[in-house]
Amino acid sequence: MADGKQPQDTSRRSFLKNSGIAIGGLIVGGVVGGALGGGQKTTQKEEVEKVVEKTVDYNQALMYFNQEQFQITEAAAERIYPKDDLGPGAKDLGVAYYIDHQLASPWGMNAKEYMQGPFFPDAPANLGMQSPLRRHEIFSIGLKGLADYCQQKYSKKFQELSEEEQDAVLKVFEEGKEFKLVGTTTSAFFKLLRSATIEGVYSDPMYGGNKDMQGWKMRNYPGNQMGYAKDIEKEGLVKYEPKSLHDHMSMGK
Amino acid sequence: MATKLPHVPVVIVGMGWTGGIVAAELTKAGIKVVGLERGKERSTADYYMGHDELRYAQRYEMMQDLSKDTVTIRHNLKERALPYRTHGSFLLGDGLGGAGSHWNGQSFRFLPYDFEIRSKTIERYGEKKIPEGMTIQDWGITYDELEPYFDKYEKMAGISGEQEQNPMVGKRSNPFPTGPMKTTPSMKMFMEASKKLGYHPYIYPSANLSEMYTNPDGIQRAACQYCAFCERFGCEYGAKADPVVTVIPVALKTGNLEIRTQSTVTRVLHDGKKATGVLYVNNITGEEFEQPADIVMLGGFVFTNVRLLLNSKLGKPYDPNTGTGVIGKNYAYQLSGGAGGTVGFFDDKEFSNFMGAGALGAEVDDFNGDNFDHSNLNFIHGAGIRIAQAGERPIANNTVPKGTPSWGKEFKQQSIKYANRVLKVSMQGSSMPFRHHFLDLDPTYKDQFGLPLLRMTFDFEEQDREQVKFIAQKTAEIMKEMGPTTMQTTTELKPYDVTVYQSTHNTGGVIMGSDPSTSAVNNYLQMWDAENVFVVGASAFAHNSGYNPTATVGALAYRTAEGILKYIKQGGGSLV
Ligand SMILES: Cc1cc2nc3c(=O)[nH]c(=O)nc-3n(C[C@H](O)[C@H](O)[C@H](O)COP(=O)(O)OP(=O)(O)OC[C@H]3O[C@@H](n4cnc5c(N)ncnc54)[C@H](O)[C@@H]3O)c2cc1C
Ligand code: SF4
Repeated sequence: MADGKQPQDTSRRSFLKNSGIAIGGLIVGGVVGGALGGGQKTTQKEEVEKVVEKTVDYNQALMYFNQEQFQITEAAAERIYPKDDLGPGAKDLGVAYYIDHQLASPWGMNAKEYMQGPFFPDAPANLGMQSPLRRHEIFSIGLKGLADYCQQKYSKKFQELSEEEQDAVLKVFEEGKEFKLVGTTTSAFFKLLRSATIEGVYSDPMYGGNKDMQGWKMRNYPGNQMGYAKDIEKEGLVKYEPKSLHDHMSMGK
Repeated sequence: MATKLPHVPVVIVGMGWTGGIVAAELTKAGIKVVGLERGKERSTADYYMGHDELRYAQRYEMMQDLSKDTVTIRHNLKERALPYRTHGSFLLGDGLGGAGSHWNGQSFRFLPYDFEIRSKTIERYGEKKIPEGMTIQDWGITYDELEPYFDKYEKMAGISGEQEQNPMVGKRSNPFPTGPMKTTPSMKMFMEASKKLGYHPYIYPSANLSEMYTNPDGIQRAACQYCAFCERFGCEYGAKADPVVTVIPVALKTGNLEIRTQSTVTRVLHDGKKATGVLYVNNITGEEFEQPADIVMLGGFVFTNVRLLLNSKLGKPYDPNTGTGVIGKNYAYQLSGGAGGTVGFFDDKEFSNFMGAGALGAEVDDFNGDNFDHSNLNFIHGAGIRIAQAGERPIANNTVPKGTPSWGKEFKQQSIKYANRVLKVSMQGSSMPFRHHFLDLDPTYKDQFGLPLLRMTFDFEEQDREQVKFIAQKTAEIMKEMGPTTMQTTTELKPYDVTVYQSTHNTGGVIMGSDPSTSAVNNYLQMWDAENVFVVGASAFAHNSGYNPTATVGALAYRTAEGILKYIKQGGGSLV
């Protein structure tokens, strides 16, 4: 561990034992109790390898977008988070799949948000989102806007433009002055697109983006570790092999 | 028609920190209690997939479902209040444990100055120091009177902290029950830099637990693993003090507590003098119940506490035009969310910023409270100046130098470059109440049952802008001493923006005091206008300090519990 790397085979079970959290007492139970309950059939390393061997990713299919919407989203997200010498961009990380899945989720429907009227969409921005539209609607309107704008200006599809042209179009949308949408603004759509792209790069791979944790690897983010009690006082950047929530699944078995 | 249930001695609304503490103390003394909680049941087993930034931190898995109930907000009396439709500036708790399950656990006591703020400000600077419209008042209790309850709270939660008395804060009767949290390299830099400047840095008192601990109730908890999924998350180890792993099991073990989750209280029933019980709805079946009780305790956080009283027509509503009435008065918040802070970019140094714990950090209090001379300053009180290492998760943390675009190639490169090369010194500034900052019922928007939402009228004042400007110089001074390659300071405080997370340190609305014409509850948090109603939480704060609130909330809850037991023993009447 001199180089700061974590041992590969730290199972959840031995972690809990070694760190002395497997205590009796009135409380603690739950996860901890469950983790110590049964024997462990496969080691975590085998589990990880099994996943990597898998070639078909059944998660890569669409829940919300049509093909055109998917393609525009994929191309636009790539400009927001492009591939470069540091590593993959949004496209290779599966971000468009992530966004598709999220728009079909309760978040895309604003399920846990107050959506009763009256609505005053033109209220000051510092009073927060005041539109009656759900996120998936804003996205669909925004994508249609991108397609229309590119048709008008370049007589091409967004995904057919050069990178420079795509950047210029996105800038126009970000600024929100030149092109009007019905029911929302290009800047509201762009804000959503940008934040969803960042989420798709850095959220757990189970959501469809951050493919093989490559988003995390680029910035030395270790993902889901049990804890850093042993290393937190160390100087400098301590590096770990990242782990996802999927790695956690094998731990409780 | 509501189904009338058998009468109980005590009913508590909300099973967060306040509800949990009072339930534990009463049931240990043999009193039967029913706890009504609108959210779901919770245990550490729920956090199996807990290390998920998207679900918990970005999608607010553990917070209030705003489609059912929220607040409306406006900056001033003239603006149209609009609903807080999605979480932003503050994150409301929901479910067993309340916000106490997904808090950070930073555990500071308010200062002796706070409890007597008006008297002490006048004593040192004269009455003219208090500007027109600023409605600060003494709390009706002193720090020394509250000290034993702080002590009790800290022993229950096992607060971890430095063992020597800190010269900048109130005197302690006992050292913290556990030693301080670990010191990270960035904390060390902050502490060395501020010491060099003559300040008095110390490690945050923390409810994350630095070592294994058994509390006076026999609850044993494991040490914090510094897992970095703490703020906005539940603790799978049960290390973080949370009502679900501390006071609630103690209360349940007595056999005297019955918890009903999925039970949303809509009204306090009363006869004009005393409460007779509460009305609530079972969220699953939609059935309405009346729960008669001798004593009603409200512990539903600031917004629920105020709204229930107003919707129940209990207590005199505050009127900002005349300054009379009390329910809804003195709403206050805090100064944080980046304002006054300094970001340092270290080109030649790396830090493991992704590691952390919710209450891991260091603080300087030399410019908090009245610890410094305000004679030549245009504000009172001050702020805690701090460095935190809570664990920077990658969706939320992409700090880049000013001038960097917010997307594209350069953004990607800079955000990756600085992910582990950036440190922040920030402020947590106090917030004084003003005559026109208050809570009342919204005339337009309704909750899931058709009841009026609560309306907040609030914005920052000159007092706040001046404070931010002053503290910003100090955060810059300390950061400079830490030696970054470049740094940037935010000296300007913009109008209140509900979309940016600042803190869930909302206070006031049912404030405590010694005079029934200017306060709603006495120093046992017993209502002046209804002696069998106790309203517990930060709703009782007459202003907000430059610290996180919960240690003070917890101390007040212990005092309330003592008051309720006294009330039962003496067979009613005012406790003061
Ligand atoms: C992300 C976050 C981080 C925080 N970090 C810190 C920190 O580091 N240090 C600190 O001191 N404080 C912190 N806080 C604040 C702290 O969580 C609160 O001060 C504390 O939890 C308040 O306790 P309470 O009992 O008053 O309210 P809560 O914990 O909010 O509990 C209120 C309970 O009442 C229930 N309820 C509400 N209305 C009704 C109703 N009508 N019927 C039935 N039940 C109802 C709610 O569901 C909830 O469970 C943080 C808060 C958040 C959100
Ligand atoms: S940082 Fe510590 S207290 Fe917080 S959730 Fe992780 S283990 Fe629990």
